[in-house]
Amino acid sequence: MKNDAGKWEKFFKWINGETTLDSVILAKSRRKRFLKRKLRQQKAQIMANKLKRSKRKIENVICLIVAAIFIGILLYTASGLPICGRWENPANNEVTKRYIEKGVEETGAVNLVSGMILDYRAFDTFGESCVLFTAVICVAILLKRDKNNTDITEDTETAEDDAISNADGNLILKLSAKIVTPFILLYGIYVILNGHLSPGGGFSGGAIIGAGLILYTTAFGQESTRRFFTYETFKKISSGCLLVYCFSKGYSFFTGGNHLESMIPLGKPGNILSGGLILPLNICVGIIVACTMYGIYSFFTKGDI
Amino acid sequence: MILDYVLLGFLIICAIGTTYAKRLLDTVIIFMAYSSVMAVIWALLESPDLAITEAAVGAGVTGILFFVTLKKVHALKGTRD
Repeated sequence: MKNDAGKWEKFFKWINGETTLDSVILAKSRRKRFLKRKLRQQKAQIMANKLKRSKRKIENVICLIVAAIFIGILLYTASGLPICGRWENPANNEVTKRYIEKGVEETGAVNLVSGMILDYRAFDTFGESCVLFTAVICVAILLKRDKNNTDITEDTETAEDDAISNADGNLILKLSAKIVTPFILLYGIYVILNGHLSPGGGFSGGAIIGAGLILYTTAFGQESTRRFFTYETFKKISSGCLLVYCFSKGYSFFTGGNHLESMIPLGKPGNILSGGLILPLNICVGIIVACTMYGIYSFFTKGDI
Repeated sequence: MILDYVLLGFLIICAIGTTYAKRLLDTVIIFMAYSSVMAVIWALLESPDLAITEAAVGAGVTGILFFVTLKKVHALKGTRD
């Protein structure tokens, strides 16, 4: 009705000569053109959406094909592996036999795994320790806070964190950490020192000690750990241990690979002081691992040890 | 024997849960549970060396480092960040 009224109004206006027919027709055609353009745009958008959807479909199909090919390759490779548990498998060669039969006699370690990784394969373990040391150095380079590398927002954030942890007493955490931490550290030291006699060794013991240090730091704050473990001691201890390991095993690199004969007597297998170099090397690896774990944690949280 | 199968089933459930958990915090916690189950399985398979290392590194230190990283990149919802 309203529209009609408008039409009639326009008609009367035209009769009265206030407007011309042209303008009405022009407006109508303009409106038509506008509608047409809008329709065309909508159509184009629908087409674009369709194209996008089909593109995504094609991408999905390509992904599926690539995944299927990859799975096929892996399965084909796995089918070429020897059957599990057969005695004639390539893993059962004279090396394993030699390790099992003469390991205790040659290395002096009751725990054959320790004897293997710290005597026969000591060079591999040296590489692993170097990898850990490099990792902690990279973390220190990236995250260590010094004078040139401080941000005001980060400073305020750490200050807020400290304020929150100080204000909220953390009674349960503090009490339980006070009781548990000595035992964790003691167990770690036990695992390291008995590495050549019982399960464990430098790496596991070091990880346990590092976890204990992290627990102590979360409970009592970094200031209390800094009483006995600062950045200086971290640097000295970890690089010193790596150097000791390097000098005690690295000479075989120059003498031609035979590092089985050591100046230290092997001792009676089963005693705590036996196994030649295995015990000191275990201690070195353990200290490096503990320093690395604690160092990475504290660099990530506070940017300093 | 039954314990073995229960633990293996738990391992699979943990592995699937790690990928399908919505919050990153839940993912890390389920991953730590996976590691502790794996440590028990290593002990049952008579390799205590691996069991100790898995329990210390997988269930302890890795989880803590994940938490610290999530806090560092402000990805932990529900905390102050």
